[in-house]
Amino acid sequence: MLRQSYPKPHVGENDDGEIVMSNPSVRLGVDIGGTFTDVVMEVGSDQYSTKVLTTYSAPEAAIVDGLRQVCIKAGIRPTAVGQIIHGTTLATNALIERRGAKTALITTCGFRDVIEMRTESRFEQYDLNLTLPEPLLPRQQRFTVTERISARGEVLIELDTDEVDTLINVIAEGGYESVAIGLIHSYLNDQHECAVRDVINAKLPNVMVSISSEVSPQMREYERFNTVVANAYIKPLMKSYLSRLQGVLKKEGVNCPIFLMHSGGGIISIDSAAEFPVRLVESGPAGGAVFAANIASRYALDKVLSFDMGGTTAKICLIKNQTPKTSRVFEVARTYRFKKGSGMPISIPVIDMVEIGAGGGSLASVDAMRQIRVGPHSAGSEPGPACYGRGGDKPAVTDADLVLGKLDGNNFAGGSITLYADEATRALENVLGKTLDMDAQTAAYGLVEVVDENMANAARVHAVENGEDLSEYTMIAFGGAAPLHASRLCEKLGVERLLVPPGAGVGSAIGFLRAPFSFEANRSHYMRLSNFNGQLVSELLAELSSEATVFVRSCDTDATIRCEYKAYMRYSGQGWEIPVPLSDQQAIAPDGGVYQSLFEAEYASLFGRVVEGMDIEITVWAVNATTPTQVENTIALAVADGNVLTSESRMVFDSALGGNRNASVIHRNDLKTGQVLGGPAVISEDETTIIIPQSRQAMRQVDGCIDITVQLGETR
Amino acid sequence: MSNKTSNVASQVMWNRLISVVEEQAQALVRTAFSTSVREAGDLSAGVYDTAGRMLAQAVTGTPGHVNAMADAVPHFIRRVGAENILEGDVYITNDPWEGTGHLHDITVVTPSFFQSNLVGFFACTAHIVDIGGRGFGADANSVYEEGLYIPIMKLVEQGKIDSTLIKIIRGNVREPDQLVGDIHALSTCNEIGHRRLIDMMGEFNLQSLDGIAAFILDNSRRATLERINALTPQQASGEMRIDGYSNPIDLKVNLVFEKDRILCDFEGTSGLDKKGINVPLVYTKAYACYALKCAIAPEIPNNTASLAPFEITAPENSIVNAVHPAPVALRHVIGHMIPDTVYDALDKMLPGKVPAEGAGCLCNFQVSLRPRTDDITDSADIAARDVAVRSEVLTFNSGGSGARPTQDGMSATAFPSGVMTMPIEATEHVGPVIIWRKELRPDSGGTGKYRGGLGQYMEVGAVEGHEFDFQAMFDRVDHPARGRQGGGDGAATEIRQDDKTPMQGKGKQFVPHGRRVVLSFPGGAGYGLASQRDPALVRRDLARGYISVKSCIQDYGFTQADVDAVLDAVKRGDEIL
Repeated sequence: MLRQSYPKPHVGENDDGEIVMSNPSVRLGVDIGGTFTDVVMEVGSDQYSTKVLTTYSAPEAAIVDGLRQVCIKAGIRPTAVGQIIHGTTLATNALIERRGAKTALITTCGFRDVIEMRTESRFEQYDLNLTLPEPLLPRQQRFTVTERISARGEVLIELDTDEVDTLINVIAEGGYESVAIGLIHSYLNDQHECAVRDVINAKLPNVMVSISSEVSPQMREYERFNTVVANAYIKPLMKSYLSRLQGVLKKEGVNCPIFLMHSGGGIISIDSAAEFPVRLVESGPAGGAVFAANIASRYALDKVLSFDMGGTTAKICLIKNQTPKTSRVFEVARTYRFKKGSGMPISIPVIDMVEIGAGGGSLASVDAMRQIRVGPHSAGSEPGPACYGRGGDKPAVTDADLVLGKLDGNNFAGGSITLYADEATRALENVLGKTLDMDAQTAAYGLVEVVDENMANAARVHAVENGEDLSEYTMIAFGGAAPLHASRLCEKLGVERLLVPPGAGVGSAIGFLRAPFSFEANRSHYMRLSNFNGQLVSELLAELSSEATVFVRSCDTDATIRCEYKAYMRYSGQGWEIPVPLSDQQAIAPDGGVYQSLFEAEYASLFGRVVEGMDIEITVWAVNATTPTQVENTIALAVADGNVLTSESRMVFDSALGGNRNASVIHRNDLKTGQVLGGPAVISEDETTIIIPQSRQAMRQVDGCIDITVQLGETR
Repeated sequence: MSNKTSNVASQVMWNRLISVVEEQAQALVRTAFSTSVREAGDLSAGVYDTAGRMLAQAVTGTPGHVNAMADAVPHFIRRVGAENILEGDVYITNDPWEGTGHLHDITVVTPSFFQSNLVGFFACTAHIVDIGGRGFGADANSVYEEGLYIPIMKLVEQGKIDSTLIKIIRGNVREPDQLVGDIHALSTCNEIGHRRLIDMMGEFNLQSLDGIAAFILDNSRRATLERINALTPQQASGEMRIDGYSNPIDLKVNLVFEKDRILCDFEGTSGLDKKGINVPLVYTKAYACYALKCAIAPEIPNNTASLAPFEITAPENSIVNAVHPAPVALRHVIGHMIPDTVYDALDKMLPGKVPAEGAGCLCNFQVSLRPRTDDITDSADIAARDVAVRSEVLTFNSGGSGARPTQDGMSATAFPSGVMTMPIEATEHVGPVIIWRKELRPDSGGTGKYRGGLGQYMEVGAVEGHEFDFQAMFDRVDHPARGRQGGGDGAATEIRQDDKTPMQGKGKQFVPHGRRVVLSFPGGAGYGLASQRDPALVRRDLARGYISVKSCIQDYGFTQADVDAVLDAVKRGDEIL
């Protein structure tokens, strides 16, 4: 396997003043999740991993614990670690649980309530008792100053500096730790935001300041203000965490540089992360997408659907040409059934994925139409699904999987947790069976079909929104629950090939180790093609590319840095921009006619046609500076080497056939490269179970991936 | 397959059809040009069986299409004629009475064929920017003045588009490219639905939708009737007076719970208005039915069977059952008030269920900007005028919603419409308009145990060198939202210029160069007695500035010392509640 160049050896001192040298080929990926902290150590091509429980009060403690464990497994000392890449849900959780700093917002007079008024709509049409999400900052923490910039970036009203001075006193008296500054049209002209920041920095040096023209220089005040507020809100917390982390790691003897995974699928320096912590939101799932993209490159697959299903949610992401699809705004902390509009928008570069409330712990119920509904409520780990035997009395997806024979109750999580089929059966009968006149197995079948259909629908909608046909795609499945459901999803979506990579349980952390250094800079600048100014465009893109490059250069002093250019375009009058990638040449020497044909090609591929006679406009420009992604050597596909012989079997329900089938059972380690296992079959391992329905067959590839394809003689 | 497993398959297919129509609607949002579709979600999409029965409908930003969509497809089948429905056809109309209530809504219906047999229909509706005539406003005296009328007809016959129709449309509207773009977007979105349906039929080996249609409609009917039959048979009446155009309008309703159905009749409601705020019955049905469903059967999806037990009637030529050729362009202004009227009756039958009155209709306005026309001599003024442009800017805004029986109302949030506002930064890129202010309006929520949602302030002007006409579409100037169970009324709508020049709540009004329009949008009403409000909530409201010191003392009985304690805590930055 070809790797990107290893980091240079790092020389430092440990606490005893002893000079130590790290080994650049030893890299550590650390993913702090909601339940577990995953740690993966790579030593050359060897991999060692562990999962430890996340320690909320001091998240760095779990990292140290995990670090020690993998060091023992690998037989090396912590001093040898050459590079750490870290991703975390801490930023996301701080926003969800409202555990941020005491923060004030300073905004333009007349616009105090932008983050509270949102889009003025209800995200659920039929609920008279709807509760809207509270803004991050209550109204008394939002202050205004007299000033105004126009839509052309000109000063309409000068900043009232006396008011600013008065405000500084209010902020000092209120004991605020962090201040967000968001002024109208500041993405066009940041002089007033900078002026307010400079006064605060001068008079209140201990107060942290975030300005919207730096954090998210994009048009649309609600999204921009909310993003700068979120950044300010979590900045003190994340800054202090990151510095504690450096401290404890140093104590362990780790002196290497630490980098952070960001939501856009790349890595940034610890200093950039502390300055723009909002970019760390959703870094874990981003790592998962990078993991899948890396497998895609190993198999030279240009169209991949990554499917990550854990305990509470499933995440689906399109990966084209080995690059996860990105977006520039997403919603965090949804409060109502993962429903769009029930959270808060964050406009930062982010890997575009759909997340739905469907996981192993998702609970089922029957609604007024006697339809089975699954999720988004989850049994969590306490009490857990009914089959855990810890008092859960509602049926979860895991209960249905057990009753259908997909899980082996005596061999779950490597035998560490016993699953009780009688408890699962009772919950299925009580909650679903009695109302619907179904036995436990039919109820389990219904439950699993509904959750699989929900996930398939989410994937279909996501594909259609992106103008993609999933039948041309390969699925890559990871996360504890995904391999149980992935084949059925493939049947439903007409996807013919499925890969289940090894290490699926710690996929995100492995993904961190595959991510490039990258930083995306973007800016709103409104321009119609009928009024195209090529020189201005080339200057703007050059400015953005140097801004982005500085961040990447701070991580790696001599790697090649490549810039990827994008313009967000639409027909004048439309509200929905589509990203149009530009080549280096098109960025350096922009031509309106070329931009028009690029846009029309993208538009036609999404919506099937172009619209004659309409002017086209560009609203946002983006430049992503990145070191090369790790290009994997394409592996040689294994040659089928006969069917594997299995000694075990059990009855497993096949949803496509609507009945039980006798399935061969084998442990993943017993399947050798090239050996073929025809469905119905079960491949078990400690972290998960792979279900092969009758329509599919599996073969082990040389890198350990289980390659699942349509079985000869089967139609889908 | 056994019965049990086919039940599971039917559940999956129902889920799938709902996903298909949501996807159909999303495709429309992304490709439409009209601000009302893409920003406000003023659109609808549905799938039907061969008899024209609606099986599933996307939940979109507006309830105004709920029943209208369910009724529309049978009109198409009848008008086109079963024998003329051919593979590759697409039909169109903007008939206010057989479509969705005004000429500005275009409905497109596409028959769906599988293996050469008709298996169903897809329909979708979108509110378009302009349809010619006098433009979008209440000023017409009949529907003939409101724009181009397209009777139910074929837009595409067996794959061939009717280019004569397209020429006529192009020749009659102000923004022909946009409108034709929108019509294409509508037919594309039906096509997306059709393709997904055919995939599903292949996957489940279906020849027709009869089986799944029966499953959906039977379960929906049964669930809806269970809800209705759980209600005690009784009747009650409700009423509400609103501003209207030139004369106040009385909306009256009589509601009857019976076995297997709910009757809702608008006998006694005012007659037609001379201006275009009249409402075709389809639109009245939609909002009355929406209000009842929210209160009685909120989670049952809309389809022909779940809507059928709600029987909505109104006397012909009342303002809620306007017949041709009454002007109807702004039917939403009255239509959005229907739920509060229905709730006035419903509260008497199901106490503690429905909210107090709210702002009701959306606080939308349109600004028509142009270079200033007054006499000027200053060279800088002349230079500014010479670069000025003409432009139309439409905005969507919301007042406060009514307090609920156990919660405050929602501030600056629409009910019953579910539209979204536009970012002011985006609005200012559309045309030379400047929004100087858009923020909550303290003290505008009606007092009560639960406070009404706050309305909002807006201040609108033009870029240097421009003057404008301001098209107002507001209500509740003279008739603010009324409180329930002792709750206070919401604040009324106010409109004037910044030099105090008074303005009207409805109609097109000139605003000279340099002047701004100052708007105060209405608040929702309160629920229950203010004296019973939790003092912690009063403290919170004072700290946040939702209520003034004066209201805190007068309405909620706080002492000056109580007030000072809160304000001091705010200064110290203490957390409150």
